[in-house]
Amino acid sequence: MTTVARDPATDVDPTPPVEKPAAGPSRHRFRAAAGFALGAALLFAVAPLVLSDFRLSLLAKYLCVAMVAVGIGLAWGRGGMLALGQGVFFGLGGYAMAMHLKLADAGPGNMPDFMMLYGQLDELPLWWRPFASPWFALPATVLLPMAVAFVLGSLVFRRRVRGAYFAILSQALAAAMVILLIGQQGTTGGTNGLTDIQGFFGYDLDDPVNQRMVYFIIAGILLALLALTRHLMQSRYGELLVAVRDGEERVRFLGYDPATVKLVAYVVAAGMAGLAGALFVPAVGIISPALIGIVPSIEFVIGVAVGGRATLLGPVLGAVAVAWARTALSERFPGTWTYLQGLLFVVVVAFLPGGLASLVGLARRRTDGGRRPGPLVRLRRSRVEAG
Amino acid sequence: MTLFRGRRILAGAMTLVAAAALAACGSKTTDANTSAGVTADVSGDTVKVGLLNSLSGTMAISEVTVRDSIMLAIEEINAAGGVLGKKVQPVGEDGASDWPTFAEKAEKLIREDRVAAVFGCWTSASRKAVKPVFEKNKALLFYPVQYEGLEQSPYIFYTGATTNQQIVPGLDYLKAQGAKSLYLVGSDYVFPRTANKIIKAYAEANGMTVLGEDYAPLGSTEFGTITNKVKSAGADAVFNTLNGDSNVAFFKEYKSAGLTATSMPVVSVSIAEEEVKSIGTQYLEGQLTAWNYYQTTPGAANEKFVAAYKAKYGADKPTSDPMEAAYVSVYLWKAMVEKAGAFDVEKVREASDGITFEAPEGLVTVDGATQHIAKTARVGKVGADGLITEVWNSGDPITPDPYLKSYPWAGGLS
Repeated sequence: MTTVARDPATDVDPTPPVEKPAAGPSRHRFRAAAGFALGAALLFAVAPLVLSDFRLSLLAKYLCVAMVAVGIGLAWGRGGMLALGQGVFFGLGGYAMAMHLKLADAGPGNMPDFMMLYGQLDELPLWWRPFASPWFALPATVLLPMAVAFVLGSLVFRRRVRGAYFAILSQALAAAMVILLIGQQGTTGGTNGLTDIQGFFGYDLDDPVNQRMVYFIIAGILLALLALTRHLMQSRYGELLVAVRDGEERVRFLGYDPATVKLVAYVVAAGMAGLAGALFVPAVGIISPALIGIVPSIEFVIGVAVGGRATLLGPVLGAVAVAWARTALSERFPGTWTYLQGLLFVVVVAFLPGGLASLVGLARRRTDGGRRPGPLVRLRRSRVEAG
Repeated sequence: MTLFRGRRILAGAMTLVAAAALAACGSKTTDANTSAGVTADVSGDTVKVGLLNSLSGTMAISEVTVRDSIMLAIEEINAAGGVLGKKVQPVGEDGASDWPTFAEKAEKLIREDRVAAVFGCWTSASRKAVKPVFEKNKALLFYPVQYEGLEQSPYIFYTGATTNQQIVPGLDYLKAQGAKSLYLVGSDYVFPRTANKIIKAYAEANGMTVLGEDYAPLGSTEFGTITNKVKSAGADAVFNTLNGDSNVAFFKEYKSAGLTATSMPVVSVSIAEEEVKSIGTQYLEGQLTAWNYYQTTPGAANEKFVAAYKAKYGADKPTSDPMEAAYVSVYLWKAMVEKAGAFDVEKVREASDGITFEAPEGLVTVDGATQHIAKTARVGKVGADGLITEVWNSGDPITPDPYLKSYPWAGGLS
């Protein structure tokens, strides 16, 4: 099973996967823990110290995008499903959270401000009511996107829809959701979306201290999702997922059901996007159709592609780098930044098809004269030994 | 083994989150509002102001012209000595036609650049996105575009028309012309939907019938069905709240369906001189628009504005209502600051009531209670040269009434 697993990132490396082991499993585990600790130190200690409140809130926003990217890395990088409609799940999570927070802001028995403005409703619509309870709304931010992904995935993967058809279907779903939201202005806020969110479970979001708290929650959850994804990628399931990506028919002949394997990754990715959307709302204070349509859905994928889709950290770094570059370039060159951003994408795709993560491998090859394999190969090799 | 390791890392992460959440507990929503706001940096001999417009994306074509006229006003003010002896230094940011980006950039201008005021935004969605940012930081936004009303933020000055200064006078004009039935066409977003709600309430109270109401997605160019419906409905007039490129397709279809300005006039509220140029005069000639300002509006103040704009940006560049409102907003801010004797936001707001300015559109007066401005309504007709000439005006400036409280028929709207 394990040797089936080859992906673009390892293809860059000329070293065959099984050869003189450079690192034993214990050293490998140590590295993971050290990397994790470093990430935690950066996010929890360095960033809050060196960044202003405003920049920290921007970082919180980037980390939400990174959460979506982790899921796409799993579904696309490992599972080969080009999920071009993650905005839908991001939106479901975001709207579920925003609906709860809007209702909490309005107070029991009251309707959110925009509903009285545009909806001219006498009472809260039925489908809004459950969201008044945090015990419904909070699980819903993750379970609702997962349920939608499950239904869609079941239909699509069983019928063996894949490749471009799957990507187009994802896009169509994103477009449909935007049209639905805009059309129902009275109950969804239309193009405005849900804005002006004041509190987060009783805490005033205007207070910088609470904004910081939201940031810490986001950073912590991102780390947890990374740990979960690493665990998934290294498990037998992770191997199977890569196998399905590279040879779906072969896996089928081996007695596995590729549809179920893909479905799991797709549903997990949807859950992550939903969670990201839910956390985006208190961090940024808005959720709107502009954040979940076709364009943002593609932008999620661009971040992953720039970072390196088949690795664990690549999508996170890519998502944060793209979002950061967007802010930095547009602040410095408000008139021409879109061209610079486009140029950046072209350069990355043309010269670094494996994404930013492949830089590590390239640098290593340069210094070691191609003797040592990149991190991903080592990661895989340790499993070969363990298995 | 791997399972165990994964769990340990997960547990570690959860502990971190819990610790962080416990360590950092700020004020509750039930506490009194503690946010002090951000004070502008006016320590040097310059004062920064923010320019927040879409320089990229679908709205760029319109919003760039607004930024240009804000820049013109700032240049003129600086040439005349600045505000309170300080030169005005513009800081530009790109809203990128994306509402959350507007919110991000607004926050950046307020907190990082510490600007004294921000000028900009076009779509209602972008305004709704930045509104909480300005309210949270107690900073000022000057919003220069006509909009759907039903809003009154203490930290926004609305220098474009609200509904009773544009849409309602437009309807009054149609009624006076004898129109008994209307057909409503609009882009699918907040402004057209809210505007049409108001139009329907007006029609009901004034014995007019609305024969149909259709929405096209923003940017849509598919208008064959809609124009056929409009044609077969046979309304006396069409009220058009389409935005942007859709107008091009709509008016082409409209003409090819054999409908003309004389057989079924269209009143547009989002087509100004700049848009006439891009849609094509041949499709629009004779059609009506409702605004507060046209390039052809008479008066010395407008002659000066048009000449200065053309001198700076080119003789072929027209001036339009939102550009004029943006230009005026900078001068109004200057007058407020000078009356207050300080850049302090609360003092500026207190000083705002009754501020007047001899604007290109005529005399405008700030209404301190609503933070809107009194403006003269003007209905115009598109001419063969692409310019719009006034066919009717309200005479005196109309007092802003964003919630339409003084109109009995609008009782159920807000």
